[in-house]
Amino acid sequence: MTTLLARVASPTVRPSHRVRHLLEHNLIVYRSVWWVILAGFFEPVFYLFSIGIGLGKLVGDVPGPNGELVTYAAFVAPAMLAASAMNGAVYESTFNIFFKIRYGNTYKAILATPVAPGDIATGEIVWSLFRGALYSAGFIVVMALMGLVESPWGVLALPATLLIGFAFGAVGMAATTFMRSWQDFDLVTMVTLPLFLFSATFYPLEVYPEFFQRFTQFSPLYHGTELVRSLTLGTLDSGLWVNIGVLVGMGLAGSAVIGRRLERLLLS
Amino acid sequence: MNESLVTARGLTKRFDDLTAVDGVDFDIQRGEVFGFLGPNGAGKSSIMRMIGATSPITAGTLTVFGLDPYADGREIRSRLGVVPQENMLDEELRVRDNLYIYGRYFSLPRKVINERIEDLLAFAHLEDKRTAKVEHLSGGMKRRLTIARALINEPELILLDEPTTGLDPQARHILWDRLYRLKQQGSTLIITTHYMDEAEQLCDRLVVMDQGRIVAEGSPRSLIEEHSHREVLELRFPVGTQESALLKLDGLAPRQETLADRVLLYVDDADRALAEVSARGLQAESAVVRRSTLEDVFLRLTGRSLVE
Repeated sequence: MTTLLARVASPTVRPSHRVRHLLEHNLIVYRSVWWVILAGFFEPVFYLFSIGIGLGKLVGDVPGPNGELVTYAAFVAPAMLAASAMNGAVYESTFNIFFKIRYGNTYKAILATPVAPGDIATGEIVWSLFRGALYSAGFIVVMALMGLVESPWGVLALPATLLIGFAFGAVGMAATTFMRSWQDFDLVTMVTLPLFLFSATFYPLEVYPEFFQRFTQFSPLYHGTELVRSLTLGTLDSGLWVNIGVLVGMGLAGSAVIGRRLERLLLS
Repeated sequence: MNESLVTARGLTKRFDDLTAVDGVDFDIQRGEVFGFLGPNGAGKSSIMRMIGATSPITAGTLTVFGLDPYADGREIRSRLGVVPQENMLDEELRVRDNLYIYGRYFSLPRKVINERIEDLLAFAHLEDKRTAKVEHLSGGMKRRLTIARALINEPELILLDEPTTGLDPQARHILWDRLYRLKQQGSTLIITTHYMDEAEQLCDRLVVMDQGRIVAEGSPRSLIEEHSHREVLELRFPVGTQESALLKLDGLAPRQETLADRVLLYVDDADRALAEVSARGLQAESAVVRRSTLEDVFLRLTGRSLVE
């Protein structure tokens, strides 16, 4: 993302090695509120226990990506992982960033130093990936302890969630650069909630009518869920490259928009 | 000593259809304290932000340290100390951490920062507050911390946007004392203010701004000499009698300003003018004799008072 931003951004916003100072700043801030970070870990775990285990008792086994039957918990757990990676990244890159720009004032003070807007954007995305990695790693450990990681490929679920975080974080931040008021954030929920519910999260894609199945292909979270699910269940096929390609493309597109919009947003 | 740190020619800043800065020229020399004096909305802060390389110029030219703020923004900002109008401190961090992380933004080594923090805490008189959270500091303390923060990179040029606005008189005097020390050390300071006393106390040279333009330029003393008389007699008449009093004052002073609640007579000898007022049989409710200030200059140049 750094090199991409460097290419599309003007000299005033271009990121540099100073990104690390932003990370250091966030480390100092969170040193005293580390429990906030801890809290984020529980969201997918709660979902897993209530839906995966509770509902799973009633549902029984369901067909996985390659048609083989798996327990409902093993089916839904990777989807929870993917969805929480999306939610975390979207929250950080929209609400949090908007607040910092509008009310926090910290960015304005930072911009008076050699740190440039590109450093701030890159730093915030890297930071949210770092946070997301902690949550994902924790959740993957819980999954493993419950016997829901059925393949050694499951280790790669961690980088897969980082890719999801990058894709949604970049697009979320790009969207934030266009937001004018808190009302605009209702649109964010209007997008993420259906993504969460209809991305083959809770049941296999085949349950839907064919028209709807094709529609789901446009959901980036569907690609994220497929990716993570295939890795933890060990059902890899060439379709994964499509999933990866969609997420990478989304992240790059978001980054390009951020690069162009940041100057307007932070320097006026 | 005649090295120009900031040079502006026809400098202009427009926001959509609002022209905040309307083609101004100025040069700021190394080692001087330069002031932008004017009411709110005169364009002072916009100029500061353009010099600080955080706001692109709309037209004209601007160089800072001989560099272009657009292309060389990082280089310029690394040599500046900025005290913005709003403190913009990290309220959730401790006093010490605010200085530390700000030093890191300049990529200073930790050891260097830690040494400087001790000096700066002493300078800002905040030694006892080093582990306090910023949100618990008083307004004056926050302002001093903001100034200390701006000094962490040992800047060649310090920008102070309304440094004492909103502070009580005692806090203002402490702050002026600190700024005066910086001046004694030979720092170059640029100050915006709408307080005349501040400009008169601190500035070697200043420009008076009104509606995005520079209306006068010079040292505080020369501006007062050029645009005002030496002394001022301020007369306040009982409610409802100012109109009739004005008739009797006619021709008494070379220049006269009538405000809503009082009349200002600009004269060379205010005591003699006061005697003349009595001789004409006028009974003022109160009469104040004072020296001319920049407030009077501003009133003269724009027809309005600075603080409305």
